[in-house]
Amino acid sequence: MPDLICVFGGVYSNHLALAATVEAAWRRGARRFYCLGDLGGFGPNPDKVLPLLREHEVTVLQGNYDHSVGHGLADCGCGYTDPRDNHYAQLSYDYTLARTGDEFRAYQRALPEVIVEEWAGKRVRMAHGSPRRVNEFLWESAAPDAFLARLMDAERADVLLVTHTGIPWQRTLPDGRLVVNVGAIGRPANDGTTDVWYALITVGEETAQRVSAELCRLPYDHPRLAAEMRAEGLPPEFVATIETGFWTTCLEILPPKERMRGRY
Amino acid sequence: MMRPVIRSAALRQSLAALAADEAAHLPLTALDTVWIQLTGTLCNIACRHCFITCGPKEDRVRMMTRAEVQNSLDECRALGVKEIYFTGGEPMLHPEFFAVIEDSLAVAPTSFLSNGILIDPAAADRLRALFDAARYSLDCRISLDGMTAEENDPVRGRGTFQDIVRGIGLLARAGLAPVVTVVEHALGMAATAKRSAFLAFLQGLGLDRPRVKFLPLLRIGREVRRTHGYGDDDFVRAGSLDRVAAEALQCGSCRLVTADGVWTCPLLLDEPEARLGATLREALAPIRLRWAACHTCVAEGLQCRT
Ligand code: SF4
Ligand code: SF4
Ligand SMILES: [Fe+2]
Repeated sequence: MPDLICVFGGVYSNHLALAATVEAAWRRGARRFYCLGDLGGFGPNPDKVLPLLREHEVTVLQGNYDHSVGHGLADCGCGYTDPRDNHYAQLSYDYTLARTGDEFRAYQRALPEVIVEEWAGKRVRMAHGSPRRVNEFLWESAAPDAFLARLMDAERADVLLVTHTGIPWQRTLPDGRLVVNVGAIGRPANDGTTDVWYALITVGEETAQRVSAELCRLPYDHPRLAAEMRAEGLPPEFVATIETGFWTTCLEILPPKERMRGRY
Repeated sequence: MMRPVIRSAALRQSLAALAADEAAHLPLTALDTVWIQLTGTLCNIACRHCFITCGPKEDRVRMMTRAEVQNSLDECRALGVKEIYFTGGEPMLHPEFFAVIEDSLAVAPTSFLSNGILIDPAAADRLRALFDAARYSLDCRISLDGMTAEENDPVRGRGTFQDIVRGIGLLARAGLAPVVTVVEHALGMAATAKRSAFLAFLQGLGLDRPRVKFLPLLRIGREVRRTHGYGDDDFVRAGSLDRVAAEALQCGSCRLVTADGVWTCPLLLDEPEARLGATLREALAPIRLRWAACHTCVAEGLQCRT
């Protein structure tokens, strides 16, 4: 029997999608859950996420957002240059920091920066952004094969699992090693649908030595999330992303290919 | 503030030697970004602030052949480089420009820096086709130094505003979203309000996804004559650079490939001492921040990459 493992990232306070992810993956047969970080930001009521992570015994990695909120830093550290992007990033961060309780902040502070597992004899390295930097973006169109191979060489990794960008992709390198960006469950992937994404990792299928990934699209109760965001006074631009599936702010970080697929 | 320009070559040399001795060291943390000086110093215009003094008759640094570029691209692949930028001069003057870009896109995400004047409808369509066909992103960067001819033309040359704006419009019509780079050649150009105004201006040119990047002035090359050069104590002393500032410097993760070898960074083409070797592999050693322009990188956090 192959082992199914659910890996997701970018919760962004979307407790509804978190609950839906666990339920959907459980139904598919997953019994182990990993979160690659960024628990807060963007969405409403950040404290609703912690009980779910505990209830489902999710193993969690520290994202850049968790580091900032955990330590009470002044901003999320994304470093936008566009004044509009900065404005929205700060709004979102200030709201999240103010509404995250001490217990959850202590939890985020204590999260590990690195998780390494051995699955089917393969060394699986999990990171938030990239193995070398928590806030490095690994976009599909901006991460060449040879560069990924270099990152993995440095870690002696056979499988690399990351998030942080919010758009899922996976690639088998020419040498057979696997890289998966699991995307985000907290907000849609700038593809014009309201669904979010998580990954199911299959360990030991076919031959005992195999690790493969499936990127899974997940519908969830997004109208309810939008209503909660409105009730919390979050910006209409953020709500529009939840309701349309297109990103509306902080677009300057997108490489041209990913940018052109969106509306803005 | 006006800074004294040192006119005596001998004095400048001894100061440079002093600077070399006392200058901060910077290791190459990782080779992520490779710049390729595709057309050397050849450009179709001669901007008054050009920090490497390019122009229609400037052949100090020669154009690279497609084969030479391919050799560097092979090295980029072997070294696991993350991104490649083509610059000049005007890279679109290269007779095999599109083929070179295609070669590069097979290796890594690729950007080219252009003044946009040579973009005609056919060129815009070819760029769009390359953009669509490639697995990695192709990014066009166009230089424009103001929102009006009055602001841009004194720096870039008479009539250039119109030509550049036309090029940007053609890219927009082809469904591409170029980054427009603006050099802060006058005070306050990169202020927040100006930045927003510039984005709105680009939207007016047909770019529904406007992108802008402001660059600080470098007081080298032709700019020395337009305004002035650096002062004699403008270099980065060892010990004056903290870890955060050092990690932010682009030369900790980039190199420049030219027809004549590999340089520290895209700024120092005219400094023979900034040549590190014949190939990228020979150019991976730490460098010393011994040049006056390093001052701008440290003070302004200059990143040539997008
Ligand atoms: S600044 Fe750019 S466009 Fe102007 S002369 Fe120099 S290389 Fe050419
Ligand atoms: S000019 Fe700037 S990029 Fe070049 S070596 Fe000096 S600090 Fe580095
Ligand atoms: Fe992140």
